[in-house]
Amino acid sequence: MIEMKNVTKKYPNGVVATNGISVNIKQGEFVYVVGPSGAGKSTFIKLMYREEKATSGDITVNGIDLASLKNKKVPYLRRQIGVVFQDFKLLPRLNVYENVAFALEVIEEEPAEIRRRVMEVLELVGLKQKVRMFPNELSGGEQQRVSIARSIVNVPKVVIADEPTGNLDPETSWEIMNLFEEINARGTTIVMATHNREIVNTIRRRVIAVEGGMIVRDEHGGDYGYEN
Amino acid sequence: MSTEVTTAMKINTLKRHFRESIKSLGRNSWMTIASVSAVTVTLILVGVFALIMMNLNKVASDLENDVEIKVLIDETAGKADEKALMEKIEKLPDVAESTYSTRENELTKLVKDFGDDFKLFEQSNPLRNVIYVKASDPQQTAKVAKTIEKFNYTYDVMYGEGKVEKLFNFLNISRNVGIVLILGLLFTAIFLISNTIRITIIARRDEIEIMKLVGATNSFVRIPFLLEGMWLGILGSIIPIAVIATLYHNVYKIIAPRLKGELVQVLDFSPLVYQVSALLLLIGVLIGIWGSFMSVRKFLKI
Repeated sequence: MIEMKNVTKKYPNGVVATNGISVNIKQGEFVYVVGPSGAGKSTFIKLMYREEKATSGDITVNGIDLASLKNKKVPYLRRQIGVVFQDFKLLPRLNVYENVAFALEVIEEEPAEIRRRVMEVLELVGLKQKVRMFPNELSGGEQQRVSIARSIVNVPKVVIADEPTGNLDPETSWEIMNLFEEINARGTTIVMATHNREIVNTIRRRVIAVEGGMIVRDEHGGDYGYEN
Repeated sequence: MSTEVTTAMKINTLKRHFRESIKSLGRNSWMTIASVSAVTVTLILVGVFALIMMNLNKVASDLENDVEIKVLIDETAGKADEKALMEKIEKLPDVAESTYSTRENELTKLVKDFGDDFKLFEQSNPLRNVIYVKASDPQQTAKVAKTIEKFNYTYDVMYGEGKVEKLFNFLNISRNVGIVLILGLLFTAIFLISNTIRITIIARRDEIEIMKLVGATNSFVRIPFLLEGMWLGILGSIIPIAVIATLYHNVYKIIAPRLKGELVQVLDFSPLVYQVSALLLLIGVLIGIWGSFMSVRKFLKI
């Protein structure tokens, strides 16, 4: 599903964010990416959806070679990847329904299909009763549910989440994690960067630890391994 | 079936782009007003300048077409010599037409133009027989005149030497000055439009980021901004079109009657004003799209 070979990312200011990373993530896997701040976790994740372009090395996502992928074709890669952020990135002037539908509108999906799929995912994330509400009327957990709904509405093969529980209280974090597990159970690959020790140690999955731009540990069912 | 779906989708997308671009104008109303004003001022000047230049061109070509060469025939020439001379002139490549006028005819014209005093000359006419020659291209007048001068039996060759050239020089200089002025104004308008679009882009940064994350194509992201620029141009051309139409209508009413029967005429309201209006609208749309294109390219990096 996601394959990296010897991937190095050097920023124009000279910072080497990833230094020869090689990894293979299979379809349907649930992967935590852990490590201290500034270790290269974010870059590692951003390389997967071509937010950043690798300086050297090969990356293949769902059979697409990202090194040779033309900038013009990047949108078509993104349509196969859902992305979730710590700060939700919802549009404040759109309501719940519109925020989710937005992801389908901009890829020019048919209106009838948009309605059907948006209601389907809103039901999945448990927000069917709040479709007309605006982001500022929702709790943090609800906002993250909307953003997760948006990330899966076009049925991506993989969901990439950058600290999705970073802004949420523990109880809400568990609810969000349950949602991710449910999405994973439907066969969607999940790659999640996180600082949440308790979650990693409880819901045991594959753990990739990144330090100094390199993978220092990669174990299935591993623990968080850091004091935080 | 599948093409039907695609077309329906495209129409929906287009509707969405139009809706977004119009909404955005209202959201940044102050910048919209600023850019529309800049376009308005620019286009008013472009319009007035275009009206003046086109009329000056008309005056110039009226004058130009009136330029003819007057060939005074030597008194020693007989009828046959005169005929030979005329044939020779007509054979010149740059000559459009030539007319023969007898000395009696010339005197009648003189009397008609300058009064009965000249009737005195009817006793002993000092004038000569004349051939009037028109060059096929007025700019070639001087050259034709110089050639004819060398022919036998020509006493003198006259044409409005220098005057036409001076008029053309004046026209060229004022045209160049005007073009420089207008280019400056156009750049100002483009600059203001691209600033407005830049602010729109900044205001919608989050939206654009999400659009790109969920896989919107570059053109999908770009088109609403280009449309917004186009609206700015169209809105900016409304007042200028009204101004030049009113202005020309009134100026024409004052000037045209005074030029009745004169050699020089001004252009009629139609089609001139319609042509200039179309030109202004076109310039408005072009600078609108161009201004936003510059911003989009710079700030979207797509």
